[in-house]
Amino acid sequence: MFKPVQLFADWLTYGVFGLGRETLAGGAVNFFVFDTIKILAMLAAIIYAVAVMRTFLPASKVRDIILKKSRFAGHLWAAALGIATPFCTCSAIPLFLGFVQTGIPLGITFTFLVASPMINEIALVMLFGLFGFKIAALYAASGFTIAVAAGLIIGRLNLEHLLEGFDPSKRVQNHLLGENMPWTERFSYARDYMLDILKKVWPFVLIGVGVGAWIHGYVPQDLLARYTGEGKWYAVPLATLIGIPVYAGCSSVVPLIGALSGKGVALGTMLAFMMAVTGLSLPEFMILRRVMKLKLLFIFFGIVGAGIMFTGFLFNFVMR
Amino acid sequence: MKKIQIFGGGCAKCGVLYQHAEAAAKALGLEYELEKVSDYEKIAEAGIMATPALAVDGKVKFEGRVPTVEALKGILK
Repeated sequence: MFKPVQLFADWLTYGVFGLGRETLAGGAVNFFVFDTIKILAMLAAIIYAVAVMRTFLPASKVRDIILKKSRFAGHLWAAALGIATPFCTCSAIPLFLGFVQTGIPLGITFTFLVASPMINEIALVMLFGLFGFKIAALYAASGFTIAVAAGLIIGRLNLEHLLEGFDPSKRVQNHLLGENMPWTERFSYARDYMLDILKKVWPFVLIGVGVGAWIHGYVPQDLLARYTGEGKWYAVPLATLIGIPVYAGCSSVVPLIGALSGKGVALGTMLAFMMAVTGLSLPEFMILRRVMKLKLLFIFFGIVGAGIMFTGFLFNFVMR
Repeated sequence: MKKIQIFGGGCAKCGVLYQHAEAAAKALGLEYELEKVSDYEKIAEAGIMATPALAVDGKVKFEGRVPTVEALKGILK
């Protein structure tokens, strides 16, 4: 599928720049050109497709689907729909109230709240483009598991009394937005959304691929062999803690992880860092403080943090 | 008289939607009243879960996006 891109990269590196095929510089430049185009093209196509799909799935419909499921299925659906829904910190409260006040259990609401920022199409495409299918799939699967597990535990603890700032027993109607969007508008929404994201993300793609190209061309093989190395035991908790105040779109974290992996940081540690950055954010913490007591916030962060660290240790252990 | 409400906690996108809505209403020559709703409980009460959102005469038209002025004209009509 990316053959024309490879031909273009070859032409540019060996033809226009006149670099030798067997040289380090030639290999690095060729890799850089090919991967940059490949990842940007994939991002554009997938963000566009997901955005079109999303016009059929407004938050009210997501809520409606979850409302109709049984408890356990509700968790699975909440995690799955969380992947497809973009998360904006400024929408966190309406989203939270909108779930709780239509009668969705607190646990399921938290499952959604964890999955939505942590797993999304942009992070997955970048991970896939820079590290391959296996790591992207591992990331998605562990994020999904953490979201469901955290929600199930919080649901079991019966923490409704720790909500505040609003009346959790008040019920609001779930009126579905029967929005009949014409196709032209779906397409223009998707185009605007895609351009918006690409505008923010492209420098990070260049950095990520640049680091990758440098490793590809110049870093000796034995350093790459340490890629899945074990590291120190405290690496995972440290990565998780550092990840909390780092507030960045997942897209900007992926290149950073690329740089870390080049330095021999273990896979589980990298995943833990990325999950902490996306799933545990300080601004989200402050905003959610308006609708829940500090204790509930700490329980929430504690459970998700523990899940992230567990995942980190697990991968460091399994991949050793 | 049309009552147009913009729901949002005050993020950048909500401001843009406000401007777009105002431009669209003026272009249509509507008699309108534009109101910003930033109280989270009121937003939730209206059944809105993603901001910014827009309602006309109390009926929520869309949420979580900022349509163009052109598209808004169709929605406000």
